[in-house]
Amino acid sequence: MNKTVKKSEPLFKAFIYVALITLAVLIIVPVAWVFLASVKQNSEFYGNPWALPAGFYWQNFVNAWNAASMGSYMVNSVIVTALSLALLLVVALPAAYCLSRFQFTGRKLLNTCFMAGLFINVNYIVVPIFLMLKDGDAFLKTTLGSAMLLNNLFVLAVVYASTALPFTIYLLSGYFATLPHDFEEAAYIDGAGYGATMVRIIFPMAQPSIITIILFNFLSFWNEYIISMTLMASATGQRTLPVGLLNLMQAQQSSAEYGILYAGLVLVMLPTLILYICVQKKLTQGMTVGGLKG
Amino acid sequence: MRRSKERSRFIFLCVAPATILFFIFMVLPTLNVFRMSLFERGAYSPTETFVGLNNFKVLFQDAKFISAMQNTILLIVVVTIVTFFFALLFAGILTREKLKGQNFFRVIFYIPNILSVVVIAGIFSAVYKPENGMLNSVLSFFAGREVMILWKDQQMVMISIIIAMVWQAIGYYMVMYMASMAAVPADLYESASLDGAGRTAQFFQITLPLIWTNIRTTLTFFIISTINMAFLFVKAMVAKGMADVGLSFMYSQKDAGLYGYAMAAGVVIFLFSFLLSAMVNRVTRRDVLEM
Repeated sequence: MNKTVKKSEPLFKAFIYVALITLAVLIIVPVAWVFLASVKQNSEFYGNPWALPAGFYWQNFVNAWNAASMGSYMVNSVIVTALSLALLLVVALPAAYCLSRFQFTGRKLLNTCFMAGLFINVNYIVVPIFLMLKDGDAFLKTTLGSAMLLNNLFVLAVVYASTALPFTIYLLSGYFATLPHDFEEAAYIDGAGYGATMVRIIFPMAQPSIITIILFNFLSFWNEYIISMTLMASATGQRTLPVGLLNLMQAQQSSAEYGILYAGLVLVMLPTLILYICVQKKLTQGMTVGGLKG
Repeated sequence: MRRSKERSRFIFLCVAPATILFFIFMVLPTLNVFRMSLFERGAYSPTETFVGLNNFKVLFQDAKFISAMQNTILLIVVVTIVTFFFALLFAGILTREKLKGQNFFRVIFYIPNILSVVVIAGIFSAVYKPENGMLNSVLSFFAGREVMILWKDQQMVMISIIIAMVWQAIGYYMVMYMASMAAVPADLYESASLDGAGRTAQFFQITLPLIWTNIRTTLTFFIISTINMAFLFVKAMVAKGMADVGLSFMYSQKDAGLYGYAMAAGVVIFLFSFLLSAMVNRVTRRDVLEM
């Protein structure tokens, strides 16, 4: 590449490799350890932690899936994540398109509002959202006789999608704004309406940024637990996977069912890891545009 | 004329759903945080009584809140310094030196960022387990005797959280700085090394000044995000009441049914994070160098 590279002394280079490998080991070993631990029998946790599993004790996964209800939590998480992603795309795509490519009164105000929304963190507003839904439930109970806002997977999905709107619109608008206006003009001349032009011409062109949106929001919806824990608080109600895992971790402190706990951990992180392996290039590239999210 | 009417209708249909959802679930709750901080609301009835600034008065005398804010500041300072030091160092090395397996390291370093904080808490419960835990057994190996550190005890818990937070954040920022450092033109380094500048000098006099804008933005952002991440980590890793940070204090007040009080804490933390990032932004202002 250049001269400084060729001049590198071997000792310095060896030092760099040692440092990098150390960091890589520090990251990969705890994760790999959990994978190995998930097939260990409970008795193996009282010996040397670095011993390899004596055999593949799959019963941990069966127990986690059935007895610890991780199976039904997984279904809930899949439903919530899919619903909120679908809702987010349906709502955010047209909005971002209009906000970035049409001139109309109030456009500037709306753009500023959504930009300001980037700085509102859900951790601050989760309590008012909870109270709003609680009051709504109380109101529904007196009028309709049944409460249905809290402990409702669909409402949770709506909250997820809504709180992801500022970031998603910001990212999509940035992309839409770079497209030349000729595409729409040509379509209008051919007699296409506004809706048809948007869906058939513009959205297909925005595919790369739509995929980025889906990736980032999938990770954040799948991993989220504060909103889910607050809005799905009923002791007997449904839970999403991370909240179920959190409860399992707290229960495990007293009962010491290590195998089930680590199997549960694997169940939560496996989908994200598989996705990551498939699309890691896209994700690490996309993060330069998504640098605002953390 | 018909066309223009159709156009307005189209724009309305596109923008209205997003605006409505945004208003109900973000704008309204945000306004409510500020409004409710001035009220007291019962745990079981939705009646609210106006108490003025009383919530804040109590809050600033609450020893638990003050220690929670101290913990928040401790986490911000230590996690930021450690993460940025290592992230910049590694990014600088990885982009400047021609190394084998760069992509491999990039992939590995990014992994913690895609895991849920709950998963990280689970992984670290295995790391910190006092008996037969990963960390204690490694320490025992190097010390040559049995080491029994209670990592999640009162004395060690903040250090444990710091380690977990750095573990989670370091890769993300490293990959980000690698991207911006890669944009620095190579001929700058070439002429610098012809002038006899060593690696360290090049790093401080070329790399850092040229990506300063990026560092500044990410630093401001990191501070805000540390306040939030600290909450997620404490909530998932720490036994209830052992150690609090600002937002987890707020959440525990909500659990206790003291909604107005919780929101007053939220307002203070929000203003704190706002002031802090404005301050950092000011302190780090430099003349921008063009590439």
